[in-house]
Amino acid sequence: MRILVNGVWRETESHDLAATLAELGYGGRIVTTAVNGEFVAADTRPRTALTEGDRIEVLAPMQGG
Amino acid sequence: MLKLYGAELTSRLLLGTARYPSPAVLTDAVRAARAEVVTVSLRRESGGERSGQGFWSLIRALGVRVLPNTAGCHSVKEAVTTAHMAREVFATPWIKLEVIGEDDTLQPDVFGLTEAARILCAEGFEVFPYTTEDLVVAERLLAAGCRVLMPWGAPIGSGRGLNNLYGLTALRAHFPAVPLIIDAGLGVPSHAAQALELGFDAVLVNTAVAQATDPVAMAGAFAQAVAAGHAARLAGPIEPRNFAEPSTPVIGQAFLG
Repeated sequence: MRILVNGVWRETESHDLAATLAELGYGGRIVTTAVNGEFVAADTRPRTALTEGDRIEVLAPMQGG
Repeated sequence: MLKLYGAELTSRLLLGTARYPSPAVLTDAVRAARAEVVTVSLRRESGGERSGQGFWSLIRALGVRVLPNTAGCHSVKEAVTTAHMAREVFATPWIKLEVIGEDDTLQPDVFGLTEAARILCAEGFEVFPYTTEDLVVAERLLAAGCRVLMPWGAPIGSGRGLNNLYGLTALRAHFPAVPLIIDAGLGVPSHAAQALELGFDAVLVNTAVAQATDPVAMAGAFAQAVAAGHAARLAGPIEPRNFAEPSTPVIGQAFLG
Protein backbone atom coordinates (compact mmCIF):
# COMPACT_ATOMS: atom_id res chain seq x y z
CA MET A 1 0.00 0.00 0.00
CA ARG A 2 1.34 3.42 -0.89
CA ILE A 3 0.88 6.06 1.79
CA LEU A 4 2.35 9.54 2.24
CA VAL A 5 4.41 9.70 5.45
CA ASN A 6 5.66 13.15 6.41
CA GLY A 7 5.44 14.21 2.78
CA VAL A 8 7.30 11.17 1.39
CA TRP A 9 5.56 8.31 -0.45
CA ARG A 10 6.23 4.99 1.27
CA GLU A 11 5.30 1.42 0.36
CA THR A 12 4.03 -0.39 3.45
CA GLU A 13 2.47 -3.75 4.23
CA SER A 14 0.66 -3.01 7.51
CA HIS A 15 -3.01 -2.07 7.57
CA ASP A 16 -3.36 -0.10 10.77
CA LEU A 17 -1.51 2.94 12.03
CA ALA A 18 0.19 1.29 15.02
CA ALA A 19 1.64 -1.53 12.90
CA THR A 20 2.64 0.91 10.17
CA LEU A 21 4.59 3.01 12.68
CA ALA A 22 6.41 -0.09 13.90
CA GLU A 23 7.13 -1.12 10.31
CA LEU A 24 8.61 2.32 9.57
CA GLY A 25 10.92 2.23 12.58
CA TYR A 26 8.99 4.35 15.06
CA GLY A 27 8.54 1.54 17.58
CA GLY A 28 8.94 2.74 21.18
CA ARG A 29 9.41 6.33 20.12
CA ILE A 30 7.69 9.39 21.52
CA VAL A 31 5.71 10.62 18.55
CA THR A 32 2.25 11.94 17.88
CA THR A 33 0.24 11.25 14.77
CA ALA A 34 -2.35 12.59 12.39
CA VAL A 35 -4.04 10.88 9.44
CA ASN A 36 -5.39 13.03 6.64
CA GLY A 37 -5.13 16.10 8.84
CA GLU A 38 -6.96 14.61 11.82
CA PHE A 39 -5.22 13.90 15.13
CA VAL A 40 -5.07 10.19 16.01
CA ALA A 41 -4.38 9.56 19.69
CA ALA A 42 -1.84 6.89 20.59
CA ASP A 43 -4.39 4.53 22.10
CA THR A 44 -6.50 4.56 18.94
CA ARG A 45 -3.66 3.82 16.51
CA PRO A 46 -4.19 0.01 16.56
CA ARG A 47 -7.79 0.41 15.40
CA THR A 48 -7.07 3.18 12.89
CA ALA A 49 -7.15 1.48 9.50
CA LEU A 50 -5.09 2.96 6.69
CA THR A 51 -5.98 2.94 3.04
CA GLU A 52 -4.08 3.62 -0.16
CA GLY A 53 -3.10 7.27 -0.50
CA ASP A 54 -3.58 8.23 3.16
CA ARG A 55 -1.49 11.16 4.44
CA ILE A 56 0.25 10.36 7.72
CA GLU A 57 2.03 12.93 9.86
CA VAL A 58 4.43 11.64 12.50
CA LEU A 59 5.69 14.44 14.72
CA ALA A 60 8.23 14.42 17.53
CA PRO A 61 9.28 16.97 20.19
CA MET A 62 11.47 19.68 18.72
CA GLN A 63 13.04 22.98 19.68
CA GLY A 64 10.63 25.90 19.54
CA GLY A 65 10.31 29.58 20.32
CA MET B 1 5.09 35.55 42.34
CA LEU B 2 3.85 35.13 38.79
CA LYS B 3 0.71 33.01 38.47
CA LEU B 4 -0.15 31.49 35.07
CA TYR B 5 -3.24 29.28 35.03
CA GLY B 6 -2.67 28.44 38.66
CA ALA B 7 1.05 27.67 38.27
CA GLU B 8 3.14 29.80 40.60
CA LEU B 9 6.44 30.89 39.11
CA THR B 10 9.36 32.78 40.56
CA SER B 11 11.05 33.58 37.27
CA ARG B 12 9.55 36.16 34.93
CA LEU B 13 11.78 35.13 32.04
CA LEU B 14 10.42 32.43 29.75
CA LEU B 15 12.93 31.00 27.31
CA GLY B 16 12.59 29.57 23.83
CA THR B 17 14.63 26.48 22.99
CA ALA B 18 15.31 27.00 19.27
CA ARG B 19 18.37 28.12 17.34
CA TYR B 20 21.07 27.43 19.96
CA PRO B 21 24.49 26.36 18.69
CA SER B 22 24.29 23.05 20.60
CA PRO B 23 22.16 21.15 23.12
CA ALA B 24 24.80 21.81 25.78
CA VAL B 25 24.57 25.56 25.23
CA LEU B 26 20.77 25.36 25.40
CA THR B 27 21.01 23.54 28.73
CA ASP B 28 23.42 26.08 30.17
CA ALA B 29 21.33 28.99 28.85
CA VAL B 30 18.16 27.69 30.53
CA ARG B 31 20.06 27.45 33.80
CA ALA B 32 21.67 30.88 33.40
CA ALA B 33 18.28 32.41 32.63
CA ARG B 34 16.85 30.70 35.74
CA ALA B 35 13.87 29.97 33.48
CA GLU B 36 11.07 27.85 34.87
CA VAL B 37 9.16 27.69 31.59
CA VAL B 38 10.58 26.87 28.16
CA THR B 39 8.78 26.74 24.84
CA VAL B 40 8.90 23.64 22.67
CA SER B 41 7.43 22.54 19.38
CA LEU B 42 6.62 19.55 17.18
CA ARG B 43 8.21 18.69 13.86
CA ARG B 44 8.27 15.79 11.46
CA GLU B 45 10.68 13.01 12.32
CA SER B 46 11.51 10.03 10.15
CA GLY B 47 11.80 6.48 11.47
CA GLY B 48 15.60 6.61 11.41
CA GLU B 49 15.99 9.89 13.27
CA ARG B 50 16.48 10.31 16.99
CA SER B 51 16.89 14.08 17.37
CA GLY B 52 13.42 14.66 18.75
CA GLN B 53 13.81 11.95 21.35
CA GLY B 54 17.17 13.33 22.43
CA PHE B 55 15.78 16.85 22.68
CA TRP B 56 12.85 15.71 24.79
CA SER B 57 15.17 13.82 27.16
CA LEU B 58 17.27 16.95 27.54
CA ILE B 59 14.25 19.12 28.38
CA ARG B 60 12.87 16.63 30.87
CA ALA B 61 16.24 16.48 32.60
CA LEU B 62 16.08 20.25 33.13
CA GLY B 63 12.96 19.86 35.28
CA VAL B 64 11.21 22.91 33.81
CA ARG B 65 7.63 23.39 32.67
CA VAL B 66 7.11 23.21 28.93
CA LEU B 67 4.91 25.50 26.90
CA PRO B 68 4.33 23.83 23.50
CA ASN B 69 3.65 26.15 20.59
CA THR B 70 1.74 25.90 17.34
CA ALA B 71 4.47 27.71 15.39
CA GLY B 72 4.11 27.62 11.65
CA CYS B 73 0.35 27.12 11.68
CA HIS B 74 -1.54 29.38 9.29
CA SER B 75 -5.08 28.12 9.80
CA VAL B 76 -7.42 27.39 12.69
CA LYS B 77 -7.56 23.71 11.79
CA GLU B 78 -3.78 23.34 11.67
CA ALA B 79 -3.40 25.11 15.00
CA VAL B 80 -6.13 23.10 16.73
CA THR B 81 -4.79 19.78 15.41
CA THR B 82 -1.24 20.73 16.42
CA ALA B 83 -2.50 21.61 19.91
CA HIS B 84 -4.07 18.18 20.26
CA MET B 85 -0.85 16.52 19.14
CA ALA B 86 1.22 18.66 21.51
CA ARG B 87 -1.04 17.86 24.47
CA GLU B 88 -0.51 14.17 23.88
CA VAL B 89 3.28 14.31 23.56
CA PHE B 90 4.05 16.93 26.21
CA ALA B 91 1.29 15.92 28.63
CA THR B 92 0.27 19.49 29.43
CA PRO B 93 -2.91 21.51 28.81
CA TRP B 94 -0.73 24.58 28.14
CA ILE B 95 -0.51 25.71 24.54
CA LYS B 96 1.16 28.79 23.11
CA LEU B 97 -1.29 29.44 20.34
CA GLU B 98 0.15 30.92 17.16
CA VAL B 99 -1.88 31.38 14.02
CA ILE B 100 0.34 33.22 11.60
CA GLY B 101 -1.34 35.64 9.23
CA GLU B 102 1.47 37.28 7.31
CA ASP B 103 4.83 35.85 6.33
CA ASP B 104 7.03 38.98 6.29
CA THR B 105 6.15 40.06 9.81
CA LEU B 106 4.87 36.72 11.14
CA GLN B 107 2.11 38.72 12.74
CA PRO B 108 -0.81 36.76 14.09
CA ASP B 109 -4.00 36.24 12.15
CA VAL B 110 -6.09 37.59 15.00
CA PHE B 111 -9.35 36.36 13.45
CA GLY B 112 -8.08 32.79 13.23
CA LEU B 113 -6.43 33.18 16.62
CA THR B 114 -9.63 34.09 18.44
CA GLU B 115 -11.51 31.26 16.73
CA ALA B 116 -8.82 28.69 17.59
CA ALA B 117 -8.65 30.03 21.15
CA ARG B 118 -12.41 29.60 21.54
CA ILE B 119 -12.23 25.97 20.36
CA LEU B 120 -9.24 25.06 22.50
CA CYS B 121 -10.42 26.78 25.69
CA ALA B 122 -13.73 24.93 25.37
CA GLU B 123 -11.75 21.68 25.15
CA GLY B 124 -9.91 22.37 28.38
CA PHE B 125 -6.67 23.77 27.01
CA GLU B 126 -4.95 26.57 28.90
CA VAL B 127 -4.23 28.89 26.04
CA PHE B 128 -1.39 31.42 25.80
CA PRO B 129 -2.32 33.33 22.64
CA TYR B 130 0.42 35.07 20.67
CA THR B 131 -1.38 38.28 19.79
CA THR B 132 -0.88 41.95 19.02
CA GLU B 133 -1.48 44.91 21.34
CA ASP B 134 -4.99 45.36 19.88
CA LEU B 135 -7.45 45.95 22.74
CA VAL B 136 -10.45 44.55 20.91
CA VAL B 137 -8.65 41.33 20.04
CA ALA B 138 -7.53 41.07 23.66
CA GLU B 139 -11.16 41.38 24.79
CA ARG B 140 -12.19 38.64 22.36
CA LEU B 141 -9.42 36.33 23.53
CA LEU B 142 -10.43 36.81 27.15
CA ALA B 143 -14.07 36.21 26.23
CA ALA B 144 -12.95 33.00 24.47
CA GLY B 145 -11.53 31.78 27.79
CA CYS B 146 -7.88 32.84 27.69
CA ARG B 147 -6.55 33.88 31.10
CA VAL B 148 -3.09 34.95 29.88
CA LEU B 149 -2.19 37.08 26.86
CA MET B 150 1.10 37.19 24.98
CA PRO B 151 1.30 40.42 23.01
CA TRP B 152 4.22 40.83 20.65
CA GLY B 153 6.94 43.38 21.28
CA ALA B 154 7.99 43.34 17.64
CA PRO B 155 8.02 40.77 14.83
CA ILE B 156 9.46 37.39 15.84
CA GLY B 157 13.25 37.34 15.67
CA SER B 158 13.52 41.02 14.73
CA GLY B 159 15.20 42.20 17.92
CA ARG B 160 13.49 45.58 17.65
CA GLY B 161 12.17 45.75 21.19
CA LEU B 162 8.82 47.29 22.10
CA ASN B 163 7.64 48.66 18.75
CA ASN B 164 4.40 50.25 19.89
CA LEU B 165 4.92 51.68 23.34
CA TYR B 166 1.62 53.54 23.31
CA GLY B 167 -0.36 50.45 22.31
CA LEU B 168 1.38 48.19 24.81
CA THR B 169 0.99 50.72 27.62
CA ALA B 170 -2.70 51.01 26.80
CA LEU B 171 -3.04 47.22 26.83
CA ARG B 172 -1.40 47.03 30.24
CA ALA B 173 -3.63 49.78 31.62
CA HIS B 174 -6.76 48.24 30.14
CA PHE B 175 -6.26 44.78 31.62
CA PRO B 176 -4.54 45.37 34.96
CA ALA B 177 -5.42 41.93 36.36
CA VAL B 178 -4.57 39.77 33.33
CA PRO B 179 -1.07 38.25 33.17
CA LEU B 180 0.57 39.81 30.11
CA ILE B 181 3.75 38.30 28.71
CA ILE B 182 5.68 40.13 26.02
CA ASP B 183 6.41 37.51 23.40
CA ALA B 184 8.69 38.07 20.46
CA GLY B 185 10.86 40.81 19.08
CA LEU B 186 13.08 41.60 22.06
CA GLY B 187 16.74 42.07 21.14
CA VAL B 188 18.67 43.13 24.23
CA PRO B 189 18.15 42.96 28.00
CA SER B 190 17.14 46.62 28.21
CA HIS B 191 14.06 45.78 26.13
CA ALA B 192 13.10 43.18 28.72
CA ALA B 193 13.74 45.58 31.59
CA GLN B 194 11.55 48.16 29.85
CA ALA B 195 8.72 45.65 29.46
CA LEU B 196 8.79 44.83 33.18
CA GLU B 197 9.09 48.51 34.11
CA LEU B 198 5.91 49.15 32.12
CA GLY B 199 4.17 46.56 34.24
CA PHE B 200 4.22 43.53 31.98
CA ASP B 201 4.32 40.37 34.02
CA ALA B 202 7.01 38.50 32.12
CA VAL B 203 8.83 38.21 28.79
CA LEU B 204 9.51 35.31 26.48
CA VAL B 205 12.85 35.47 24.69
CA ASN B 206 14.45 33.11 22.23
CA THR B 207 16.46 34.49 19.31
CA ALA B 208 18.06 37.29 21.33
CA VAL B 209 19.63 34.69 23.60
CA ALA B 210 20.15 31.76 21.23
CA GLN B 211 21.79 33.81 18.50
CA ALA B 212 23.95 35.98 20.77
CA THR B 213 27.69 35.48 20.50
CA ASP B 214 27.60 33.98 23.99
CA PRO B 215 24.06 32.66 24.57
CA VAL B 216 24.72 31.59 28.15
CA ALA B 217 26.04 35.00 29.17
CA MET B 218 23.14 36.68 27.37
CA ALA B 219 20.64 34.45 29.18
CA GLY B 220 22.13 35.61 32.47
CA ALA B 221 21.98 39.24 31.34
CA PHE B 222 18.28 38.89 30.46
CA ALA B 223 17.61 37.33 33.87
CA GLN B 224 19.19 40.33 35.59
CA ALA B 225 17.29 42.78 33.38
CA VAL B 226 13.96 41.11 34.08
CA ALA B 227 14.63 41.14 37.81
CA ALA B 228 15.69 44.81 37.67
CA GLY B 229 12.68 45.81 35.59
CA HIS B 230 10.27 44.09 37.93
CA ALA B 231 11.91 45.60 41.01
CA ALA B 232 11.72 49.03 39.38
CA ARG B 233 8.03 48.57 38.63
CA LEU B 234 7.35 47.71 42.26
CA ALA B 235 9.43 50.71 43.36
CA GLY B 236 7.19 53.12 41.43
CA PRO B 237 9.04 54.92 38.63
CA ILE B 238 8.67 58.71 38.31
CA GLU B 239 6.63 60.18 35.49
CA PRO B 240 8.63 61.73 32.61
CA ARG B 241 8.49 65.56 32.46
CA ASN B 242 8.93 67.92 29.56
CA PHE B 243 11.21 70.33 31.40
CA ALA B 244 13.97 70.21 33.96
CA GLU B 245 13.35 70.16 37.68
CA PRO B 246 16.36 70.78 39.91
CA SER B 247 17.29 67.80 41.98
CA THR B 248 19.44 69.89 44.33
CA PRO B 249 17.28 72.04 46.68
CA VAL B 250 17.21 75.71 45.61
CA ILE B 251 16.16 76.99 49.06
CA GLY B 252 19.17 78.30 50.93
CA GLN B 253 21.27 78.60 47.81
CA ALA B 254 23.95 81.31 48.12
CA PHE B 255 23.68 84.48 46.07
CA LEU B 256 27.13 84.86 44.57
CA GLY B 257 26.40 86.77 41.38
